[in-house]
Amino acid sequence: MSVPSPLPIPESSPMKTMFPALLAALLLLFQPVVAQSGPVQDLLQSQRALIEESSRRTIGPAIDALADSGLPQVQSVLQAWRSKDMWQRKPDGHFFAATKNADGTYGLTDFETGEAVGAYPKSELAQIKPNSGIRALIATALVKFQLTDPDRALRAAALASISRDPEGSLLSPLRTSIDSEDDPDLRARKIRLERLMTMSFDTDNGARVAAIEEMAGDLGVDFRATLNPILTTRIMIVAKDDILDENIAADLAPGSEMLSREAAYALLVAADRARPVVTGDDRDAALEANILGGRIAGKPIAQMNTETARDEAYEALAEASLAPAFVTSQDIDAALSDHRFVEVYLEPSSDVTDAAKAALEISEAWVAANQAVDLGLDALSLASIYFLAAIGLAITFGVMGVINMAHGEFIMMGAYTGFVVQQLIPNHTVSLFVAIPSAFVVTFLAGVALERLVIRWLYHRPLETLLATFGVSIALQQLAKNIFGTQARPLTSPGWLDGAWVINDVVAISYIRIAIFALALMFLCLFLFIMKRTRLGLETRAVTQNPRMAASMGINPGRVNMLTFGLGSGIAGIAGVAIGLFAKVTSEMGGGYIVQSFMTVVVGGVGNIWGTLTGALMIGGFQKGVEWLNPSNTLAAQTYMIFFIIIFIQFRPRGIIALRGRAAGD
Amino acid sequence: MNRSFIARNPSVLVFLSLLALFTIMVTVLSEGFGIGIVSTSFVKTLGKTLCLCLIAVAMDLIWGYTGILSLGHFAFFGLGGYMIGIWLMYERTRQIVATSLSEGILPPTPEETEAAIANQIFGVVGSSEFPIVWAFSNSLVVQLILVVLVPGVFALIFGWLAFRSRVTGVYLSILTQAMTLGLSLYLFQNANGFRGNNGLSGLQNLPGVTAPQSVVSLWFFWASAVALGLGYLLTAWVVSGKFGSVIRGIRDNETRVRFLGYSVESYKLAVFTLTACISGIAGALYYPQAGIINPAELAPIASIYLAVWVAIGGRGRLYGAVIGTAFVSLVSSWSTGGQAPDISLGFYTIRWVDWWLVLLGLSFVLVTLFAPGGIGAIFDHLSRQSNGRGTS
Amino acid sequence: MTIQTTALATVLALGVALPAIAQDCPVKVGVLHSLSGTMAISETTLKDTMLTLIEKQNAAGGLLGCEIEAVVVDPASDWPLFAEKARELLTVHEVDVIFGNWTSVSRKSVLPVIEELNGLLFYPVQYEGEESSKNVFYTGAAPNQQAIPATDYFLEELGIEKFALLGTDYVYPRTTNNILEAYLGSKGISEDDIFVNYTPFGHSDWSKIVADVVALGADGKRVGVISTINGDANIGFYKELAAAGVSADDIPVVAFSVGEEELSGLDTSNLVGHLAAWNYFQSADTEANAEWVAAWKARMGEDRVTNDPMEAHYIGFNMWVNAATAAGSVDVDAVRAAMYGQEFPNLTGGTAVMLPNHHLAKPVLIGEITEDGQFDIISQTGEVPGDAWTDYLPDSAVLMSDWKDLECGMYNTETKTCVQTLSNY
Repeated sequence: MSVPSPLPIPESSPMKTMFPALLAALLLLFQPVVAQSGPVQDLLQSQRALIEESSRRTIGPAIDALADSGLPQVQSVLQAWRSKDMWQRKPDGHFFAATKNADGTYGLTDFETGEAVGAYPKSELAQIKPNSGIRALIATALVKFQLTDPDRALRAAALASISRDPEGSLLSPLRTSIDSEDDPDLRARKIRLERLMTMSFDTDNGARVAAIEEMAGDLGVDFRATLNPILTTRIMIVAKDDILDENIAADLAPGSEMLSREAAYALLVAADRARPVVTGDDRDAALEANILGGRIAGKPIAQMNTETARDEAYEALAEASLAPAFVTSQDIDAALSDHRFVEVYLEPSSDVTDAAKAALEISEAWVAANQAVDLGLDALSLASIYFLAAIGLAITFGVMGVINMAHGEFIMMGAYTGFVVQQLIPNHTVSLFVAIPSAFVVTFLAGVALERLVIRWLYHRPLETLLATFGVSIALQQLAKNIFGTQARPLTSPGWLDGAWVINDVVAISYIRIAIFALALMFLCLFLFIMKRTRLGLETRAVTQNPRMAASMGINPGRVNMLTFGLGSGIAGIAGVAIGLFAKVTSEMGGGYIVQSFMTVVVGGVGNIWGTLTGALMIGGFQKGVEWLNPSNTLAAQTYMIFFIIIFIQFRPRGIIALRGRAAGD
Repeated sequence: MNRSFIARNPSVLVFLSLLALFTIMVTVLSEGFGIGIVSTSFVKTLGKTLCLCLIAVAMDLIWGYTGILSLGHFAFFGLGGYMIGIWLMYERTRQIVATSLSEGILPPTPEETEAAIANQIFGVVGSSEFPIVWAFSNSLVVQLILVVLVPGVFALIFGWLAFRSRVTGVYLSILTQAMTLGLSLYLFQNANGFRGNNGLSGLQNLPGVTAPQSVVSLWFFWASAVALGLGYLLTAWVVSGKFGSVIRGIRDNETRVRFLGYSVESYKLAVFTLTACISGIAGALYYPQAGIINPAELAPIASIYLAVWVAIGGRGRLYGAVIGTAFVSLVSSWSTGGQAPDISLGFYTIRWVDWWLVLLGLSFVLVTLFAPGGIGAIFDHLSRQSNGRGTS
Repeated sequence: MTIQTTALATVLALGVALPAIAQDCPVKVGVLHSLSGTMAISETTLKDTMLTLIEKQNAAGGLLGCEIEAVVVDPASDWPLFAEKARELLTVHEVDVIFGNWTSVSRKSVLPVIEELNGLLFYPVQYEGEESSKNVFYTGAAPNQQAIPATDYFLEELGIEKFALLGTDYVYPRTTNNILEAYLGSKGISEDDIFVNYTPFGHSDWSKIVADVVALGADGKRVGVISTINGDANIGFYKELAAAGVSADDIPVVAFSVGEEELSGLDTSNLVGHLAAWNYFQSADTEANAEWVAAWKARMGEDRVTNDPMEAHYIGFNMWVNAATAAGSVDVDAVRAAMYGQEFPNLTGGTAVMLPNHHLAKPVLIGEITEDGQFDIISQTGEVPGDAWTDYLPDSAVLMSDWKDLECGMYNTETKTCVQTLSNY
């Protein structure tokens, strides 16, 4: 049997039996098969078991073997491996770089020579799939090749890899690569990384302290992520009067906030310096083990139905030395007073830890301030979303006094319009600019239809309006489900809205939120312009305040009502597009905003756009505030916000900015 | 007094007789005590419908007669359910735990039993201690009182705050909606001791009762019928007297009633609290039949549906509320239950499941626009005709 | 005729009363999945899966000489309605078995009814465990078949040292996270290195939470997110992660509730490289799977995908058919006895085995999300036996479930007593 591979196939391999047959078949199918071998393939074959196992815990030696081999092809092999482009030919187990052909087969390329080896069907091949843990290790191994690579993208990748996984051995290649770096951006990143790695890995403590002091007060997560490990501590237990030759962080007094008595005693027990506490389970087990003729310590079992009876029986057992005595509070105090609990830095140099601690304190004060700013931005963003959702309502409810429970469904309708437009126009930027006016038109028409068909018959009967529009809301929601299905539909924002405006590592806000904020501002201006500067606004105000008088002045109240309601609905439609971009489009999305929108308008004060704005700001701010106080439970924030609003309305039933005089009448 | 009241209100007598007749008929046809034509699951459905009718009567009192459109009465219904659920769950678990612990070597201590019960009930939501709201869970009497007391006090506080500051009309509607949303979110949180989204379950199994569900379902059916009858009687009595005239006056012109010297707020508060108590009782009877209560039951949509039922039945008439609720909820369960046939149009198949809500929504709009009297108006018309004949 | 007599003999031999003679043709299979309401999107697929499977079985000759008839009802995502519909299926339609439910709360709602009427339910979705019912076979993953292996993967393969457990606020995430917190504790991860957050259903405002997660990296430890976020809320979460410039290489996310169905039709470019753990992925490279996917697409359309709960029904239904054939009857007790030890090939390779605790032994797969909304399987374990009671919570560690020999689903191994024979609903 002629084996093309220079390697013997292991005895245990199942391939051994099937190999000749497969090979024969292969030879027939793909003439000619070049029997390659060379230093790279040999090296890969020698690490074959590890590569096939593909586990981060064991892959280290294989990557090291490749990286340290000094072969010129190493970089391309590692890159192919990392990008899941390395495949194994099943018959002989050789590794190749593979690319998918148009006909579904895979074209293999020899690592050694870079020559094509032929096309193979998928069934003949096995893809090597390194998981992201392995990919990170490969990336680290690639760093030293890539730091000075002419390709800027590769150099950037190398830097990203180092910052994810800083390693002492990479410090000197990084330092040497700085001088030759001509890209200013990368150069700055390299210098920053070099400073950070100096703190952790430099052998000279003076250099480390200097680096730390130089960057003190920096806000970067990476800076704090470098300092915090330097300040890692452990707790040491020593006898009362022992002298400790360690870099001591603090003395912990048992019973203090840092170390409770129970925890301190548990540490002593773990260190075998004290007797373990007798728990309830221990006690019961001892009782059960000492039953004699239906009695425990002379008492019948049936009496053991209270905790005190059990404790007494156990104490009797302990006195008879049948069980260890309870550990009393005095025992604990005695044991604790014999020992000293010391928190000790793992880092031996106190100069470094002092510097790190000081630097971190400055940073953290800054971080706290910036977090407050970030929270403020979040609150502002949430407020602008509430405002956007409520602004249409501020027109229909606030100005006209019409309760439209289907308002949320207009938001949904706008979002679905956006979705449909995006299906028709694949370019996201174009489709967005088509979607906004179309959403307006669609919901404007829907609003006009609703006003003409339902609402106009019900003016001055607000409760009936509420109920009728609620019926419309049920019907529209189900209709949307029937048309679009219940699954959330994507509304993808254009590329230029992806990402975030990063001010520093703490304060950042995504562009889409900024866009929503801008949109909210725009609508505020639009609203003010229409109401204060246009004929429609004048007529609307006139009709709202006194429809008969307005009619006698030649205004057609029906027409004005229709247009105003359409305008409010149209704005809801545009809000729908924005909300869809930022979250998702579902048939139930409107319901999620309707109660909040009404709250915003009511809290702010009906009939005043500034009130709506203040209402949105207050609700958004309050919600973020509660979230900040209780970061693990976002639901609580929403709950308490609602209770807060209910109570708030009790005290200011007309909202923050209440209308006075005649216009305030119901 | 009562006799003269019934004599003055023949419709009450008619309703009670019909209810009694219906109860006897269902019993005779049931699996538990009768010939088995009506299945146990349908008895449960009917029993639950009676409970819904009871809360609808309460809704009619607050909305139809007093003119306060509350969109939060299911909050009280749910609270009643939670209060009885707490005892049912505790007691059932206690019996299981007691049996299991008695097999151990040492007799259980009270602390052990409590801990084991807590672990059984709250283990699933990651806790093992009794929250404070379960303080009286071991006492049926207290929990039964709480069924009325908790919704009542809750309504009293909420109503006092709201009416005091003269929140009226749509503002009040939105506020009540916010109240039930807030309460639902509160119950939803695991940390608050009501088992979060899972709610209280297995409520159909009465602790210590070995009778089969076919019998238990009838017990609850009877209890629901009696509660509905009493609730109807009470409500009819309330609206027939002077009190009734005042609240109708408030509905029609609040300011005028206030100027006549009535304390409008007290009347509103009394009605609000009374209806909350009735709702609590309805809920306490409903959920043992449903088997499970969870926060989704208190979502605002449920209370809005309540308004829909009353409106379709015809508000301002107690029997209208009952008819509307029975009609809409039974049709709704029929059309979403998969029994309703699909209508095939060749190119498109209309599935009832998909179109029922569209139909309901639109018919609701139509009723509001064109038939504010709802279905009840038809009965009004009929009775007016027969009355006319009788008196002339 | 012979089938009838043997079935009758089996039933009599087991000493069981005869509520319904099993071999009444047709055999009725109840399908209890929401076709309307919020859960319809997930559950309708499972209804179609059941209809596909039943059609296939009928084409192959039915069961015990009978045609199989599906009885489909709609509990409308309304939890109390599940109990009502289950009772209707068992008493009015007299079905022999029910395949159904998705959410835990709906299962808890159905449990008392199924146990009272001695029905049989196959539950196909991954769940939080801590439950064992004589009348339910859990064909989805228990926490030790999904959450624990995924956490191991994080610890060992990705070297994660700090965990953010993000979940929607309901019982599955709550219990799973409790188990994971205990498990991580046993692996030496301190409490300070675990951040837990719960959000409401359909949450969309993720900026603060994402910022909190990013800030976790400040102490120099590698951060990973274990997500039990449910449904639509995932979209906003991944969007916000991407907007914050966090890639799967920086902070990997492993999700337990995001599968092919959830990703279908979504723009997955933000999600590439993030992980999901399941017992099945559509991309599994086996012949059985290729056939199943092809059959599904042929019936439902080219753009439809398969997912993990579908495979659970696929295995569950076939096991039930085989058990009924072996027992010669569809009587619940006879089938239950025949279920233990039933084997059926997984779609992902290997064989699933039904254990006496009513769970399956199944392989655990971890996949990376790819551009086309599918998963690239990067890790596959051998068969992991499902565990009803977790080993990592002290109160549950002493419990075990064995319906075959011990006849108890909640057996305390310390006191050697059966805590209860009904399930804890």
